[in-house]
Amino acid sequence: MSDEDEIILSELDDEELVQQMFDDLYDGLKEEIEEGVNILLERKWMPYDILTKALVGGMTIVGHDFRDGILFVPEVLLAANAMKGGMAILKPLLAETGAPRVGKMVIGTVKGDIHDIGKNLVSMMMEGAGFEVVDLGINNPVENYLEAIEQEGPDILGMSALLTTTMPYMKVVIDTMVEQGIRDDYIVLVGGAPLNEEFGKAIGADAYCRDAAVAVETAKEFVARKHNQLAAG
Amino acid sequence: MSDALTTLLAEKGTLLADGATGTNLFAMGLMSGDAPELWNEEEPQKINALYKGAVDAGSDIFLTNSFGANASRLKLHDAGHRAFELSRMAAEIGRDVADAAGRKVIVAGSVGPTGDIMEPVGNLTHADAVDMFHETAAGLKAGGADIGWLETISAPEEYTAAAEGFARAELPWVGTMSFDTAGRTMMGVTSTDMATLVAGLDFPPIAFGANCGTGASDLLRTVLGFAATGTTLPLVAKGNAGIPKYHDGHIHYDGTPELMGDYAAMARDCGATIIGGCCGTTPAHLEKMREALDTRPVQPAPSLEAIVAALGAFSSTGDGTGDDGNRPARKRRGRRAA
Repeated sequence: MSDEDEIILSELDDEELVQQMFDDLYDGLKEEIEEGVNILLERKWMPYDILTKALVGGMTIVGHDFRDGILFVPEVLLAANAMKGGMAILKPLLAETGAPRVGKMVIGTVKGDIHDIGKNLVSMMMEGAGFEVVDLGINNPVENYLEAIEQEGPDILGMSALLTTTMPYMKVVIDTMVEQGIRDDYIVLVGGAPLNEEFGKAIGADAYCRDAAVAVETAKEFVARKHNQLAAG
Repeated sequence: MSDALTTLLAEKGTLLADGATGTNLFAMGLMSGDAPELWNEEEPQKINALYKGAVDAGSDIFLTNSFGANASRLKLHDAGHRAFELSRMAAEIGRDVADAAGRKVIVAGSVGPTGDIMEPVGNLTHADAVDMFHETAAGLKAGGADIGWLETISAPEEYTAAAEGFARAELPWVGTMSFDTAGRTMMGVTSTDMATLVAGLDFPPIAFGANCGTGASDLLRTVLGFAATGTTLPLVAKGNAGIPKYHDGHIHYDGTPELMGDYAAMARDCGATIIGGCCGTTPAHLEKMREALDTRPVQPAPSLEAIVAALGAFSSTGDGTGDDGNRPARKRRGRRAA
């Protein structure tokens, strides 16, 4: 890169800096993202604006390129890791300033399944889109999900399964929610390599999400719909 | 001395591998969430029946019930320390079935992914991954497996680590990856990338190829991609029997035995010489595949259009090889010096 000039983040104006942060997120440069967030804070940007305009904006590009088969899991993980660095700085400030909440999700891989790559991707991309995510990890029996949604009061319950032997367990969880009369209190999203849309419908989920980028778009759509319904009374 | 698989392949030209393990065990009453590998100890007669189903349907090779028999996966079932013995048991049952078959049948010790992401993106180190793969491979060998069979791998780092594990166990092996994301693996590996990866290994597999993934059409496109590299290694095609559907509390794959027969013949036309099924493939499917391979003449490799016409549409327009191999790149601003 000898023929390229070194870019000094603090010398860029706001607009250029945000563009550069998009690129740095894309390249998974954590330290640069942290530096960018701190510079914007020094310039008196509101934490919520930094989140939505710089970080979420950048992750949206990453999400689109992941969806379109331009980026793959390793690159997305690095981008999400850079995003996380920026979020760590912003999180306490967002709480202090009473920034609006995009939505909250409880997510976990179902009982018997230890795969967490897909679930982690969804968690990261959801956080990248500004959602609060409570990650239950792997191998969750139905009790874990029920306890978590009662405690956390999320908008969305997300379940992941990567094995044909574990995917039916999602129905066990949904059926239990139906029995307890709480199914319709939550948006239920499911995902995992062996699943498809028809399976999602058959087990009573609100939607099947093909990948993490689709999960984010679906989550936004359902949360907006839910808010509209509430507003309509 | 040549390994058993190479010998049999030279003898027969094309070999029929087996079908599903997980979905077939499910049909035998395995509960959602339980580790199939524990059945090697608790329900050996069912594992015996699983293997025998493939052999009786005409398979030349079957995979052992040890896909998740590595320390990382078994940890979940509080059996992380039992990878060696559960792998050994899986192979022992297989050895008995193969020896009673009355013809030469290869016991291939299944080795699945660790489920962890490797460094630098994830936390699993190369050394730990090699240790885990070695433990499973050594158990399979001790139980009498003819070869090791790595499957459903996404990351090149993990494939490389497994190769080292097999090398340390001195077990000849076959290794397939799962191309389920727009014609690539989840980690972005194309068919061409995999051929390059395999060619660069110190302890290369006897054969390589693709398993599982999204559907039979995608899988054959991947096989065509391998063949186009001019590789001299035998190619493996192990595709799912259609797409999973949910029916009365269990998973059912929608690919019919007849369709899998067509798939088997086309897989051979595409250049594969070791052909089997994956999820959803039952002995009834295997019988039709056997029949197709035994009775249908070899044809020239089908066009992509012919594959779609016979087996259904692709899940994505391209697969990252050939003319669409250049990833559309984002226009970048200046990159900073390190």
